[in-house]
Amino acid sequence: MMKPLLVLGAVVGTLSCGAVLAQQVVNKPAPPKKAVTKQEAAKSTKDATTAEFEKFREVLEADSPAELFEAKGEDIWKNKRGPDGGSMAQCDLGLGAGVVRGAYVQMPRYFADADKVMDAERRVVHCMTRYLGYQEADIRKQPFSNEQNTPDHVSVVTYVASQSRGMAVAVPQKHPREREAYELGKAVFAYRAGPYDFSCETCHGDDGKRIRMQQLPNLAKKEDAMKSFQGWPGYRMTGGFMLTQQWRMNDCFRQQRFPEPKYLSDAVTTLLTYLTVNANGNVYKGPGVKR
Amino acid sequence: MNNIIKTSMLLSAALLLPQPAQADKDYRSEAIAMLKRDFQPRGIASVDRLDEDGLQAVCNRSANNPPKEVAQRLEQDQMAAVKLPADGKLLGDWKSGERIAQSGRGFTWTDKPGLPVGGNCYNCHQISPAETSFGTLGPSLFHFGKLRGNGPDMQKYVYTKIYNAKAHNLCSAMPRFGHVGALNEAQIKDLVALLLDLNSPVNK
Repeated sequence: MMKPLLVLGAVVGTLSCGAVLAQQVVNKPAPPKKAVTKQEAAKSTKDATTAEFEKFREVLEADSPAELFEAKGEDIWKNKRGPDGGSMAQCDLGLGAGVVRGAYVQMPRYFADADKVMDAERRVVHCMTRYLGYQEADIRKQPFSNEQNTPDHVSVVTYVASQSRGMAVAVPQKHPREREAYELGKAVFAYRAGPYDFSCETCHGDDGKRIRMQQLPNLAKKEDAMKSFQGWPGYRMTGGFMLTQQWRMNDCFRQQRFPEPKYLSDAVTTLLTYLTVNANGNVYKGPGVKR
Repeated sequence: MNNIIKTSMLLSAALLLPQPAQADKDYRSEAIAMLKRDFQPRGIASVDRLDEDGLQAVCNRSANNPPKEVAQRLEQDQMAAVKLPADGKLLGDWKSGERIAQSGRGFTWTDKPGLPVGGNCYNCHQISPAETSFGTLGPSLFHFGKLRGNGPDMQKYVYTKIYNAKAHNLCSAMPRFGHVGALNEAQIKDLVALLLDLNSPVNK
């Protein structure tokens, strides 16, 4: 994982308020320099930094910059932008054409028209290429946001996610392909390989662990699994852009020292299926704020 | 060939064979095929990283809990491949060791080839008391030498543990830093000193 507090100060955000607030966070927590006992040292720093960040996140989420991207996504969703007057009103996110409310917390799911299990981002890109005339090749050129640009499909995913705010995660497991996706994702989660012999589970298979100061949820466990879903898509404070779960999985594989998963591939969708089904029943709070 | 080895080899072989037909499909094989289809090389991270070596396969197939006989035999194999320093000296410079322990660089697709790789030690372990940002995936190593001694046997234990943690515990979560060429001999010596040198802050 990153060393969040060090990174925080180093990156200049495009949204100045984000950068200024981030700067304050860097200055505030003063981790104890003198180690007392090892347990005390571990506990006090964890408490100081974590509590400080959580406080900051609450303030920011109350008036979340993610709303800017929700609004942009809503505009794309609601207007006829396709070459033949097509619009996302034709897009079926699993609950019927044009139905957005509650769709985000019920994906990944099986879509017969594509004969694939698709997570939210995969489905949104599918619809944007089908109805709005976006070219998949163009989207693949920049799948994830950076300081210069948050791509349209990321804004649409953010809008779709916002329309499930306050709803319980309910990813379906009725279709055989959905159950298969879960089992494949479970196998991916446990698969150790690469130069460091890491699987997802190496870091996310036990309770209460950390890398440096970064808490590691036990993603096989229901109470923790929601942490892989909650807060995504997330507004990254250290840069001022939105990042999706697809990005999060990509960066996990990077840190696992694996090669790169292809964008919108089955490997990522099955992993998201495993993680999100594990999180079923928890209430989603909408797009969030990330370090 | 003695019976224990014969038995353990048979068990190893059995473990490496395809699993017997289960109630449902063999998702493991299917998942591996999917990974090979769905990953691409980037930077220094080539797709052959997805291939399991023998040890990874045994740990993967046994949910990291292989039969004891198999584990012992394979741990011996890993230990046999550990290269100890030709000069017989295992204690390096703890100050350099501290810098190596701090660095988490290396082997990701955003890391440049050819740069010295870090030990990633603080990612998972508490070590020197001055560094309060440490992970907890591994045990605390604070006061390691003070508590455990720093004689030749302990030096050899620590050197081989960093070189190849799997020589001591087959499905350990800790990478095999020397075995995979992440850390060189001098770097490992410096890390041994960080843990065992009585002047190191670890033992103050």
